[in-house]
Amino acid sequence: MDLRTYIVRRLLLLIFVLFGVLIISFVVSHVVPADPVQAILGPQAPPEAIERAREQLGFNKPLHEQLIDYLWRVLHGDLGKSLRTNRPVIVDLKEFFPATIELATTAMIIAIVLGIPIGIISAVKKDEAIDHVSRLFSLVGVSMPVFWLGLILLLIFYYRFGILPGPGRLDPTIPPPPKITGLITIDSLISGRFDAFINALKHLLMPAFVLGYYATAIIARITRASMLEVLRQDYIRTAYAKGLRERVVIMRHALRNALIPTTTVIGLTYGSLLEGAVLTETIFAWPGLGRYATGSFLFVDFSAIMGVTLLIAVIYSLSNLIVDILYAFLDPRIRYG
Amino acid sequence: MKLLESLSKRYKRFLEERRYQIEDMKLIFDLWKKSPLTMLGTVIVISLIFMAIFVPWFAPHDPLEQDVYNRLAPPSSEHLLGTDQLGRDILSRILYGSRISLVIAIIVVAIACSTGLILGLLSGYFGGVLDEIIMRVTDIFLAFPRLVLAMAFAAALGPSLLNTMIAIAVTSWPVYARLARASTMQIRNEFYIEAARSIGASDLRIMFRHVLPMILAPIVVQATLDMGGVILTAAGLGFIGLGAQPPTPEWGVMVSEGRYYLSSQWWVSTFPGLAILITVLGFNLLGDGLRDIFDVRMRR
Repeated sequence: MDLRTYIVRRLLLLIFVLFGVLIISFVVSHVVPADPVQAILGPQAPPEAIERAREQLGFNKPLHEQLIDYLWRVLHGDLGKSLRTNRPVIVDLKEFFPATIELATTAMIIAIVLGIPIGIISAVKKDEAIDHVSRLFSLVGVSMPVFWLGLILLLIFYYRFGILPGPGRLDPTIPPPPKITGLITIDSLISGRFDAFINALKHLLMPAFVLGYYATAIIARITRASMLEVLRQDYIRTAYAKGLRERVVIMRHALRNALIPTTTVIGLTYGSLLEGAVLTETIFAWPGLGRYATGSFLFVDFSAIMGVTLLIAVIYSLSNLIVDILYAFLDPRIRYG
Repeated sequence: MKLLESLSKRYKRFLEERRYQIEDMKLIFDLWKKSPLTMLGTVIVISLIFMAIFVPWFAPHDPLEQDVYNRLAPPSSEHLLGTDQLGRDILSRILYGSRISLVIAIIVVAIACSTGLILGLLSGYFGGVLDEIIMRVTDIFLAFPRLVLAMAFAAALGPSLLNTMIAIAVTSWPVYARLARASTMQIRNEFYIEAARSIGASDLRIMFRHVLPMILAPIVVQATLDMGGVILTAAGLGFIGLGAQPPTPEWGVMVSEGRYYLSSQWWVSTFPGLAILITVLGFNLLGDGLRDIFDVRMRR
């Protein structure tokens, strides 16, 4: 199979998977014990009112007709109306999405900047003290309850020492920059508001680290493992034998091959950052997708739940797809199938 | 005397018959002894199990007993880890919470593991259309991040401990299916499988007697690591209010209850969270260690 066939196959598969995702989110929200109409109108609503609402929302139709209706609307970009915010879900998603992207991207930058060097040092100094320390650091990272880490850092850096600002994206005293991309750091740079830029960065630091710690741990682990694999190979021994300094061998010869698996893992982890974002955003009052999701889930706001799950599944699948294709490009030795 | 002799003879024969298995166990034990981190993980997991079983015998207080005059009391000799907003002893609640986390993890992993294992075996062994169907369904379930799908299920079913388990189990089986399928495909064309088939063993018998035992090692590693993952997800659901409900002494719920007192009464959230971290770390250390051990054994 050549690369093009592979990509086409994967895209077809993606469409199929997204169709399945739609069906699952429909089933979850329609075939379940919780009654959405009752949830909207409250337990004291008179039966006539419930009946009327049911009709209005289309809940009285047979299930398969509802499913077809739903698929039809989604294909036309209509995700329904949120019962909580009383706006179209798609408008809500557009509004909350940039904050999550800003947070997740910063988290990923932190994770890459920390994770790769930790992995390299750990591999080069295998079984020395620094290796043990960094392995423990990674293991703690994958075992850490994100929400708890967030609280503890808030406790230390905000409540106790006041070094970093508390929840939110900006201090309430600072007027937000005009909305261009929705990413406050970038918007404030574009409009030349450096006070807002610095403040937004300070606000980003803690939540991004909390969110990025897991990714840091994963990246450090995979970098260590693949670096060890590469360092065992003959061409590395040759490089040493011809008298190159260790620094050159590692940075120029070994790292390039060792980073291939790391690249894949970075892509895969970016998707899973959305998962951590749900918890991180709750703690840091970050007005993003995760917090919107939590709110709708707790409110049993079905259109919103379906919209959020769908969007997250799309991002997640797309990032996996991009990773797989990138992998095939980066490493000509890979056979796909 | 005769009895003793025959017993010792039998024992020797037993040792002789099981020589390879015993050597294998010795090898595993030697490898285990060499890694302090694996030992630490084992100790954490075993103490957790003991704690969960015997907690009523040594918990200092009842986990639900309220003492309103003593609410939010800092750690003291009476309440080693302090009390929460209703004056309940935090240490006792954490100790009892070990039961909840462990039960969730065991039940979820057992369900997810057996479902995934059976589907993966079928898929890898028979291949063809069946394989295609099972794998595409697996793909769909893997398209969601686990916590998000579990949240959707928990919201739909209504938040409770039982629904937490259902929600996490529904989202956990695909990994096992993929693992089992991959290893089954690797060995399904081996000679010994063919030999079993040629003497008339049924597909079912081949799958469970000849394939299953050979693919178990990676599954066991995954299950151990997953125990930690399930505990984390369950605690996350509890924290955002979609999991266990108060007054259940579930660790995620406890962290959540303490967050409103964070600035002044730090102990309410801190200790339950620490319990989650240590427990999950224990399972991850053990899982990592098991993987290394199985790797070495495979290579021999």
